Amino acid sequence: MPTYLRPTRQSEALAALAQGKFTVLAGGTDYYPARVGKPLSDDILDISAIEALRGVREEADHWRIGATTTWSDLIAAALPPLFDGLKLAAREIGGVQIQNAGSIAGNLCNASPAADGVPPLLTLDARVEIADAKGSSTVALADFILGNRKTLLRQDQLLTAILVPKSAHPERSHFAKLGAREYLVVSIAMVAATLQIEAGQVRAARIAVGSCSPVARRLPLAEAALAGKPCTGSLGEFLREDHFAALSPIDDVRASAEYRLDAALTLAKRVLNQLGAQT
Amino acid sequence: MSQGREDRMQLRVNGRSYDYAGSPAKRLSDVLRDDLGLTGTKVGCNAGDCGACTVLLDGKQVCSCLTAVAQASGREVTTVEGLAVNNTLSGLQRAFHRHGAAQCGICTPGMLVAAADLLSKNKQPSADQVKDALGGVLCRCTGYQKIIEAILDAAQAELPPSPAVGSAIGARAPKVDGLPKLTGEERYGADSIPAHALWLRVLRSPYHHASFEVGDLAAFAAAHPGIARVLSARDVPSNGFGIYPHIKDQPVLAAGKVNFRGEAVLALVGTRAAVEAVSDAEVPIAFKELPAVMGIAAAAAPGAALVQADKPGNVLLDGWVRKGKAAAAFAACAAVAEAEFETGFVEHAYIEPEAGWAERIGDRLEIHVTTQTPYMDRDEMAVVMKLKREQIRIVPTACGGGFGGKLDLSVQPLIGVAAWLLGKPVACIYTRPESMASSTKRHPSRISIKSGCDASGKLIAIETAADFDTGAYASWGPTVATRVPIHASGPYFVPHVTARGRAFFTHCHPSGAFRGFGVPQGAIAHEAMMDELADKIGMDRLAFRSVNALKAGDATATGQVLTHSAGLPQCLDALKPHWDAALAACAAYNKTAKTKRRGTGIGCMWYGIGNTALSNPSTMRIGLSAKGELTLYNGAVDIGQGSNTILTQIAADALGLPMDQFRIVMGDTDLTADAGKTSASRQTFVSGKAVEIAGRDLRAKLLGLLEAGADAALTLEGSLIKARDAQGEHQYDLAWLPSRHGHDALLGEGSFDPPTSPQDADGQGVPYATYAFAAQMAVVEVDCELGTVKVLEIVAAHDVGKAINPIQVEGQIHGGTIQGLGLALMEEYLPGRTENLHDYLIPTIGDMPNMKCILIEDAEPLGPSGAKGVGEPGLIPTAPAILGAIQHATGVRMRQVPVLPHRLRAAIKQAQE
Ligand SMILES: Cc1cc2nc3c(=O)[nH]c(=O)nc-3n(C[C@H](O)[C@H](O)[C@H](O)COP(=O)(O)OP(=O)(O)OC[C@H]3O[C@@H](n4cnc5c(N)ncnc54)[C@H](O)[C@@H]3O)c2cc1C
Ligand code: FES
Ligand code: FES
Repeated sequence: MPTYLRPTRQSEALAALAQGKFTVLAGGTDYYPARVGKPLSDDILDISAIEALRGVREEADHWRIGATTTWSDLIAAALPPLFDGLKLAAREIGGVQIQNAGSIAGNLCNASPAADGVPPLLTLDARVEIADAKGSSTVALADFILGNRKTLLRQDQLLTAILVPKSAHPERSHFAKLGAREYLVVSIAMVAATLQIEAGQVRAARIAVGSCSPVARRLPLAEAALAGKPCTGSLGEFLREDHFAALSPIDDVRASAEYRLDAALTLAKRVLNQLGAQT
Repeated sequence: MSQGREDRMQLRVNGRSYDYAGSPAKRLSDVLRDDLGLTGTKVGCNAGDCGACTVLLDGKQVCSCLTAVAQASGREVTTVEGLAVNNTLSGLQRAFHRHGAAQCGICTPGMLVAAADLLSKNKQPSADQVKDALGGVLCRCTGYQKIIEAILDAAQAELPPSPAVGSAIGARAPKVDGLPKLTGEERYGADSIPAHALWLRVLRSPYHHASFEVGDLAAFAAAHPGIARVLSARDVPSNGFGIYPHIKDQPVLAAGKVNFRGEAVLALVGTRAAVEAVSDAEVPIAFKELPAVMGIAAAAAPGAALVQADKPGNVLLDGWVRKGKAAAAFAACAAVAEAEFETGFVEHAYIEPEAGWAERIGDRLEIHVTTQTPYMDRDEMAVVMKLKREQIRIVPTACGGGFGGKLDLSVQPLIGVAAWLLGKPVACIYTRPESMASSTKRHPSRISIKSGCDASGKLIAIETAADFDTGAYASWGPTVATRVPIHASGPYFVPHVTARGRAFFTHCHPSGAFRGFGVPQGAIAHEAMMDELADKIGMDRLAFRSVNALKAGDATATGQVLTHSAGLPQCLDALKPHWDAALAACAAYNKTAKTKRRGTGIGCMWYGIGNTALSNPSTMRIGLSAKGELTLYNGAVDIGQGSNTILTQIAADALGLPMDQFRIVMGDTDLTADAGKTSASRQTFVSGKAVEIAGRDLRAKLLGLLEAGADAALTLEGSLIKARDAQGEHQYDLAWLPSRHGHDALLGEGSFDPPTSPQDADGQGVPYATYAFAAQMAVVEVDCELGTVKVLEIVAAHDVGKAINPIQVEGQIHGGTIQGLGLALMEEYLPGRTENLHDYLIPTIGDMPNMKCILIEDAEPLGPSGAKGVGEPGLIPTAPAILGAIQHATGVRMRQVPVLPHRLRAAIKQAQE
């Protein structure tokens, strides 16, 4: 029978990873579905008992979301409006059972093109903290996910936290997801955005789109186009199709590539209109 | 740090401590069920998609199939078995019982646990909060409405009293077998497998079409300790099964060639651990992929390769109905409409995968299995095993949903052959992907239709041809190809009809029976015609249907003159006020709406109850023992639709004793009589009539014994049977009677076979003794920019003859309706691409519209108290109504279902250009 480790301290986990090849298990909501009808033959490092990895903390210049923080933990946490978009995404992850078990970090490590956590965190300029037995470092989320199911993580590393920088300017954020049914649905497309507003104008905008490329992407052209625009309920009208050129959607069982682009534009307009209308 | 391979740990479940020794990575669901014997928690997918396995961990709902047991240790686990306190049902459980919120009951443990989580935090939730809390639990039976009603009523729910003697029929009686579904005690296919049973795992084809060679299986088995045997085609006594007595074309295990992806090739039998540890790649088998015939167009193309060598043109069956001269009649029409429609494979997606176990007892074979049709299983197993029928015993377990998908053999022949050869009990539970890949589907269709009416809106002619993809083997293909032409002109009087139905073989899983047997596909076509003709002559769409609705005295397309119980006109009248209100509301909404538009649509249907132009009898027995035990021997399987309850209601009133004095023996082929299969909406009508006759028979025998008058009131107290009539009280002690019928001293028996006649070459005849009718309307909201559709409201008016139990009738309408919604908007099975419940989408609680049922009771003289059937009718008019509503909202007529967002968006864009 394979090995199963369930350490209570991060150092023990990292020591184990330094010595052997383990599959990291957090909430299991991606791990088990990938093994339906198959033997559970991996050596497992279960990180769910490491108390220090769980929860959202405010630190000097950033917010720290521990690796085993669940979607439900995040929804329940008292956080500034900056996190509204991420919380909306959390509420749309699967059903409540999945939100109660699944971790935000697991969503990033699993690196699905349809991971709902990625676009909002991209628009928060999130970084991830990576640790191994020798120490830890941080890297921008945009650089962490390399492709469909591919990340920078090495076998001996853990993602220990997600870090969201605080901003000197008040920010608001929003998120919209499109699926072919209510609840428990893989996104056809989703859009997240954050705005910094100054004197009724957009000081800076960040927009990201998911499910329309192997990794969710920010839209720098759109972000540039929005800067300086008046903040109103029709802010989204400044978006144009060519702002979305960075995307490369595919046809699959859920939707056509053409539709995905079209829908991403519509969702993005709505998200921005909604943000622009907030007073 | 806890560490280990074979770990020992303590688990706290429902307030009790358990010791567990085993893998810490084992799914909590498997530990609960297999190690702790708590089988109330169900497994429908092992992937988080269905929520049947939902339990509480420290009071919060999680999927136990996604939880490593190690993560549950040191925490409090609550399962459905823990909801009742000191054997007293919780208010929530009582509310489920009273509202009929459990049909088959397989989702119920998950629903109850998720709801308990919500109610522990919020005593008075809103409907939206209930939806948010239950969004992760799928139900395929109820349409969710009664579940929500029950949860909102949890605070004050009491158990209702059993209906009084003589007033069972028509009562909103809760299910007679309802309580075990709420406590977790009910035993489904996977729940009562003996601990010492061997396990069977099937190896299946990864290709649509391939030849294969098998290596040395004996050597493979010898090299794998714990594998007792690997079965191949050679081990099956008669390697062919199929629904029709003369078409046994599907092998139990493929012999050298596979004809669909998911076809069974080999069966590994051994200890559970051993068969589960083998990976497919280790098994000595070499496939050579061959070109596959996929889709109707490929199968029907001239010179197409043949799927079955002896079926020219890949045609399984070509069925016709011809009345009058349709082709010529179009010339005289004031308006003619014409179009083609396309539908895809639809998966039954019952939450309970196929499961069961078999055991050889001497020269007999006993099979315990989840099934809709024990007697057909028995007869088919006798053929496969080359045994006499009497040597086979089928004991149906509770069935966690069927919808037609459990009418074909699944695990039965595999475990049957294995148990017979090995002399030990053998069990098999399909995984969800295996269930989806190998089980039957709704037939994909391509339907062309042309119809015409005169200036007053009267239909004159309909010409239609429906082609179906029947997959690699016949299954129920012939039924679909004959049923569809009969129903193809819709529930309308049409003087000239030409209708054709053809089924083609392809290299896909067999298409089989699915709620409506092809009629839902046909209804999409004929209802679109009604809308278009109405628009062309400038008539209201409902009024157009009223003008043409079949009524008593009219002849159908097969020339059958309906003499009674044709209640479509009443259904349409009942719908009218709702229709008018919805049209006005949509118009008002659309005045100001920009991106979202609302529309209202209507669909009508008729549906012949029971087998098509074939004998289709049922026999029911009611026994009374010398001790005064009253037993309903019921060969009809209750798959959640409520036949146990409805038959008890009918039996109780026919006999004159209260419902709660009956116990039920269901489906066991050794103990009951053949009641036919649970399909074609037939059990209330056919078995209901049989049980009415059985009840009257037993009553006559009792009255004879008591020398009491025909209208005497009976009571049964222990072994004393008493009658009160004008002469006073009579009594008789049953203890005096010898047990002449096994357990029983007295037996009432009844049989009923609805009168039909064979169809001639033009399809003319009396294919069904009676028909159900319905009209439904849908209100939708279309997001025109995204192409998404939200169904806001459904009003369903159904002529059911007599609602023996309105709760069950509504439940069938709700459940059928939401399956129709799935057909219209999201369900599309693509072989090899959607073999799970996240790529194949069925409606969740959030997709449920507000549903209202209107029951019309135009009595059918042949049926019990006038009743007909309602199992399938709710599904049939739903997609047509939704499609009509989408058109009303957007101006776009969708001719392909499902109307996925990208399809609708493309059509809207095209229309705008
Ligand atoms: C029914 C269902 C519905 C779902 N719906 C959605 C949805 O709507 N949107 C969505 O985005 N996702 C959805 N998911 C996917 C899943 O729930 C999320 O991705 C979840 O956040 C994963 O977290 P986890 O803790 O369960 O991960 P796990 O399954 O425990 O792990 C996921 C992967 O990440 C690795 N990993 C986890 N944590 C770490 C770490 N700290 N360091 C290194 N590696 C790590 C694991 O080794 C594994 O490969 C759904 C899943 C299910 C079953
Ligand atoms: S069995 Fe766990 S969600 Fe389906
Ligand atoms: S009652 Fe919900 S799945 Fe059957």
